[in-house]
Amino acid sequence: MIAARGLGRRFGEKRVLDGVDLDLPRGGFLLVTGPNGSGKTTLLRLVAGLLVPTAGELRVDAPRERVGFLGHEPLVYRELTALENLDLYGRLYRVAERRERIGMLLERFGLWEARNRRAETFSRGMLQRLALCRTLLHDPELLVLDEPFSALDEEGAALLDRELAELRPQATFVVSTHDPERVAALASDRLAFG
Amino acid sequence: MNAYLADVAVLARKDLRLELRARSTVPAMLLFVVAALVVFHFALPSDSSELAANGMLWVAIVFTALLGLTRAFVAEREQRLIDGLLLAPCDRSAIWLAKTLSVLGFLVIAEVIALPAFALFFSGIDGATVAGVALADLGICAVGTVLAAMAVAGRARELLLPLLFLPLAIPIVVGGVGASVAGEPARYLGFLALYDAVFAIISWASFEYVVTE
Repeated sequence: MIAARGLGRRFGEKRVLDGVDLDLPRGGFLLVTGPNGSGKTTLLRLVAGLLVPTAGELRVDAPRERVGFLGHEPLVYRELTALENLDLYGRLYRVAERRERIGMLLERFGLWEARNRRAETFSRGMLQRLALCRTLLHDPELLVLDEPFSALDEEGAALLDRELAELRPQATFVVSTHDPERVAALASDRLAFG
Repeated sequence: MNAYLADVAVLARKDLRLELRARSTVPAMLLFVVAALVVFHFALPSDSSELAANGMLWVAIVFTALLGLTRAFVAEREQRLIDGLLLAPCDRSAIWLAKTLSVLGFLVIAEVIALPAFALFFSGIDGATVAGVALADLGICAVGTVLAAMAVAGRARELLLPLLFLPLAIPIVVGGVGASVAGEPARYLGFLALYDAVFAIISWASFEYVVTE
């Protein structure tokens, strides 16, 4: 599913990622660990297609419409409601039975009651739940999750634990986290930076 | 093609909805263009020519458009929302076209007020001027949107956009003023239409490269 050879990325003169080799088969779960600034986020953004490599090769065998990306920002418009945000992405991803799928995800992540509230009124934890709804909306086959547990309260984190365990057999994962033990049981491969 | 246009419609509707909620761009553009025309009204001597007055109209339009363009990618910049749009499987030029249409809509709203205000303060507006403004709007928004996307990636974005945009707006001002004051405006209108076509194609084709890191 993902193959990298000598993968590198520079920002101006700064070399953030250098010589990464990687093979992740379909259905694999790559756990990426390392200190802040070690290149985890850059690797995940490369895999998601948000950055292009400046060195080496990267092949990702998943079309853009089947990639789900959760980054440091929730990628939702603060002035729009939760429902409007998911409807926007649902239309762009041409999600079949969009309304039903949005309703199901909002229910599952405990946001149904807040569906008509603007995202700007959400707490950080609620925004992260909404971001997870956005990430899973189009039923991705490749999930790229950058610190997915950040900002989630214990209930939200437990919800995500269950969600990851449920999705594990159906999707390929690239996950970076400062809390590797949380997903260690799911991981098939590990990549440690720095 | 239908899917492409559907994406453009979804994205443009999102921009209009954001503006209706935040009301951050159109009121500022309206206030700016009316204030600029009032200032020009008092700054120009009463016996100044129609040519000078028309020049002022075009200065007001270009700077009002610049104000709108500066705001065009604010929502996408502040929380990296451009990532969300780039991740979506739509053609990236659809993002440009939708943003161009929404900026165009905001500019037209400002001009619906600005043109009567100009007629009130200076002189009447003829059909050639209105046609010139309409054609100029297309060029301004097509070029300006791609430059706004370029500027938003840089650090000195507020400085960068005027530096990139104003030189490219010079032909628009030349064509617009020519259409407003020349006896035979068709030549200038044709020039504006040609500018629109060339720069719209360049902007459409280059947007993906501008937003790819």
